[in-house]
Amino acid sequence: MHDMSAHAAEHHAPTSFISKHVFSLDHKVIGKQYYGLALVAVLIGMVLSWLMRIHLAWTNYPIPGLHLLSANGAPGNVMTPEYYLQLMTMHATIMVFFVLTTAPFAAFGNYFLPIQVGAEDMPFPHFNMMSFWVTFSGFLVLMSSFFVSDGPTLGGWTQYAPLSAIGPASGPGQGTGVVLWAISIGLFCVGQLLGSLNFITTTLDMRTKGMSMWRLPLSAWAWFITSVMGLTAFAVLMPATILLILDHVAGTSFFVPSGLVLNDQLQPHSGGSTLLWQHLFWFFGHPEVYIAIVPGMGIVSHVLITNMRRPMLSHRVLVYAMGSLAVLSYMVYGHHMFVSGMNPVSSLAFSFPTLIITIPSTIVVLIWMGSIYGSKLRINTASLFALGFVSMFISGGVSGFFLAQPSIDIMLHATYFVVGHFHLVMAVAAIFGIFAGTYFWFPKMFGRMMDETLGKIHFWLSFVGAYCIFMPFHYLGIAGNVRRYQAFVDDYLQPLIPLHRFITIAALLTGLAQLIFLYNLFHSRFWGKPATDNPWEGTSLEWSTPTTPPPHNNFGDKLPEVFHDPYQYSVEGATRDYVMQTSPEKVDPAHDEA
Amino acid sequence: MATTVHDPPKIEERRDQLPVISDSGNGGRGTLVPASGNFRAVKDYAPPPSSTGIWVVLASITMSFAAFTSALIVRQGSSLDWRHLSLPRILYFNTLLLLASSFTLEVGRRQVGGYMSGRKVGMAHPARWLYITLFLGLLFVAGQYIAWQQLRAEGLFLATNPSSSFFYLLTAIHALHVLGGLGGLTRVVHKFNRSTLRKSTLDATSHYWHFMDALWVYLMFLLWFKL
Amino acid sequence: MAKILAVTIIVIAIGSAIPIIRHTWDPPADISTHGGMIDEQMSETMAEAGISFLASQILLALFIWKFSSGRPGDKIKTFPGGAKAMVWAAFLLVGTEVLALGVFGVKAWATVYLTPPSANAVPVQVQAGQFAFYFRYPGPDGTFGPLHPDLISEANENFFGLDTTHDADSKDDIVTAEMAIPVNKEIHLLMHAKDVGHSFYVPALRVQQDFVPGLDLSLHFTATQIGKYEIVCTQLCGLGHYNMKAYLEVMSQDDFDNWLKKEAALQ
Repeated sequence: MHDMSAHAAEHHAPTSFISKHVFSLDHKVIGKQYYGLALVAVLIGMVLSWLMRIHLAWTNYPIPGLHLLSANGAPGNVMTPEYYLQLMTMHATIMVFFVLTTAPFAAFGNYFLPIQVGAEDMPFPHFNMMSFWVTFSGFLVLMSSFFVSDGPTLGGWTQYAPLSAIGPASGPGQGTGVVLWAISIGLFCVGQLLGSLNFITTTLDMRTKGMSMWRLPLSAWAWFITSVMGLTAFAVLMPATILLILDHVAGTSFFVPSGLVLNDQLQPHSGGSTLLWQHLFWFFGHPEVYIAIVPGMGIVSHVLITNMRRPMLSHRVLVYAMGSLAVLSYMVYGHHMFVSGMNPVSSLAFSFPTLIITIPSTIVVLIWMGSIYGSKLRINTASLFALGFVSMFISGGVSGFFLAQPSIDIMLHATYFVVGHFHLVMAVAAIFGIFAGTYFWFPKMFGRMMDETLGKIHFWLSFVGAYCIFMPFHYLGIAGNVRRYQAFVDDYLQPLIPLHRFITIAALLTGLAQLIFLYNLFHSRFWGKPATDNPWEGTSLEWSTPTTPPPHNNFGDKLPEVFHDPYQYSVEGATRDYVMQTSPEKVDPAHDEA
Repeated sequence: MATTVHDPPKIEERRDQLPVISDSGNGGRGTLVPASGNFRAVKDYAPPPSSTGIWVVLASITMSFAAFTSALIVRQGSSLDWRHLSLPRILYFNTLLLLASSFTLEVGRRQVGGYMSGRKVGMAHPARWLYITLFLGLLFVAGQYIAWQQLRAEGLFLATNPSSSFFYLLTAIHALHVLGGLGGLTRVVHKFNRSTLRKSTLDATSHYWHFMDALWVYLMFLLWFKL
Repeated sequence: MAKILAVTIIVIAIGSAIPIIRHTWDPPADISTHGGMIDEQMSETMAEAGISFLASQILLALFIWKFSSGRPGDKIKTFPGGAKAMVWAAFLLVGTEVLALGVFGVKAWATVYLTPPSANAVPVQVQAGQFAFYFRYPGPDGTFGPLHPDLISEANENFFGLDTTHDADSKDDIVTAEMAIPVNKEIHLLMHAKDVGHSFYVPALRVQQDFVPGLDLSLHFTATQIGKYEIVCTQLCGLGHYNMKAYLEVMSQDDFDNWLKKEAALQ
């Protein structure tokens, strides 16, 4: 069999507390660290959203205790207009980067990709460890902007120039706050690039005997495709943040044109291009949102298959569809810039790939639905969230169809329609993907089951609650409700305020429901029902580890050998209704897609 | 420079060679076993991870410099304040230094590789050319610093003009990556001296260095054309 | 529980569609000449999107309902046509929608953005700055005087930075805080940004366009109904973004001429 002895010397288990839990080289610990980071980030981001929603619904009312967070930002506990924007910017930055890019990709991917390919660890464990700590320090830098005198930047997570590039003259938080934001994001980029390096080399070079590319589970494919996207997208964002920092502190003028006057003062910059920032940012920004959703697609596919007891209608078509989403995602970024002042012909040019990208998304959804047909669907919390993902992704995807057309975008750009669209796909669908992964893989990660009753309550409140919050955003947008307003003072917006109040109440209640998840997570970690090695009767390699949680080198003395594609469920003539990848049991080749 | 003769590394190095086709395993880490049975669509050979990894790294560096290039092109076209910048002469000399260092690196790589695989025995200083490469690399960075000094003497600083901004930016970021490459080369020499060097590490580091060279040639063209 | 989920999905889908069907929250009535095409595009998209949305959510719900009671011994059924059918369906359904809407949309877009303003369009300049819009009319000489950013002063109410002493063209320029336009006449709107990015949005007029600092852009449109409308900023520009607005008054030609005379007297 496989001789591990020569190798064991390189990969012996750590012994000290620091090397086991803090500066660990073990991809499983790193995955859990990323999950912990995302958990802290999502709680902060959620509280920020509560503050925003309360302020929008009851604008000049004091929010008890707010002045403790910021005396400048909330004198007498009443949020100032700038503080609203600062909280909004932080909410979005934290959520997009430290939750949606971190949890589905860095957390679950780090933990499960090496196991699903049949490896002991990733090939560059030191870089992997560095990737977490660099990301974590990025998070600390971002959080520190809450505590500088002027507060965090208020320019939105998109930080459009010249507002972001001119400096303190353009508003509160636009001095140090912007620089801290840019440094934080720059660090995040480095962390992601190091992560992508590991993910790609793991997938290509570390597969165990018998594990061809087509025998990889869909979650592994999703992480692989995402890491390739991350490689190219973050490599463009980092230069953009460097240019931004230089404009800010070094007096350059990459993004600031001449002749700008703020507070009656002519600004010293000249010649820069404000649209250049938008092009650079969105070239990153659009692939970024696919980076946020593709791992969720992989996780949801994986969870659904295990719970449907049958493979997808076509494994390869799903892989090709996810791959086409990745490729097309680079060609559509201008749809964020239809009315930006760029050449209107470019707007038309960008709208066609944007409409076309609907096709692979539709294929994915149809394959999911078509696979549920005729299956033996099992309902548990993980599969509920996976099904919820499908419903949310349909809803969010459909609203994207409006925004893909420049002429309709004239009406909907920068309104709540856009906010509703991206919250449905990101804040709900992607988060549901994280939840599905959590409930599904928690037993493997911690050796205990999460409580199903609490899980189901969590699902129902979140599913209904999320629709109550974000569906109305679309109505607001159609009515012309502009986004990023801290209050609604325009005449035509007054009739919409009651709807905002409804949304706020829904948001607060749905947010409270997440505490059930938090309790479940922590309680089950220590006192949950002990889990078997394969509680869901899954077939992929994570369910064949010798212990649960897996040992330090994942598979013990010998690496597994793989004999089939990953989704041999309900196979006729098999001894059980599933055949594990590691089982030498012969399977009719017609059933084996690999 | 080391004067003692080292034994060629044993197990690590052999792992990196192409295994015989009948072996079925995925290189790099100890899973070399003879094949038994018929595995459809299973590769018999996988490259060591650092070989794939280095291309991943180079791809992302390429994307970053592509972003900087497009920023330069757009910025130049967006306003009339662009002033032509004459490249300091020393840059041409620095380019020659870097090209020479790629040459010396190749010589060094072959010598060390040959020594490690046992093909060239009794070599007194197998890593000599690697040390020369390191030296040339350091000279290059020093030369870049001199180029900046020369520009500063002419009154051209980072924010003086968009052309000078891009000059400092691109050369500085390239120099940073070159320093990284020097770090990698140092690590290679260090590992070689302790007989723990893998061929894949040596190759990957060399690829990186040559890429820095090619990138510099590209930047020279870009700066020369555009600035 | 699967059946409850199925019912919930259907209820949510239909519930979401109701406000759309009943037009509970609609954009303000269109007062532009080009808006009809945009509104038609919107209705068509809404119909197609609505049908896709309802059909897929209901199908999802039905499948969840029907296929969640399988037991270990049961056989798996394959959807007729399999994956191939799905791929074909996606290409056909989406492809045709894409073509129809994309191609039709080109016309709507081109009318607004790719056609030049007519020669006798009324020129108005709008300047966006933190946190107000100001407007400038060229006056009897028909030309706008040059802008001098270094002369801009809020305190002296020289919002545009005009030098009326030395620039002849600036002498008769009329600067206002509200925008008035004659009805049924094409307006050529010149857009200038003073400091950071802003945007010009009038929902009733079916126009939205960002201001780009350093780039002078323009829009043209014709209003068809007299009334008072709001111009709001839609590009995050700082703490006063929510409050950055101006009124647009569409008037009869006579009223507009009187208004302009009155404003000229106030310069």
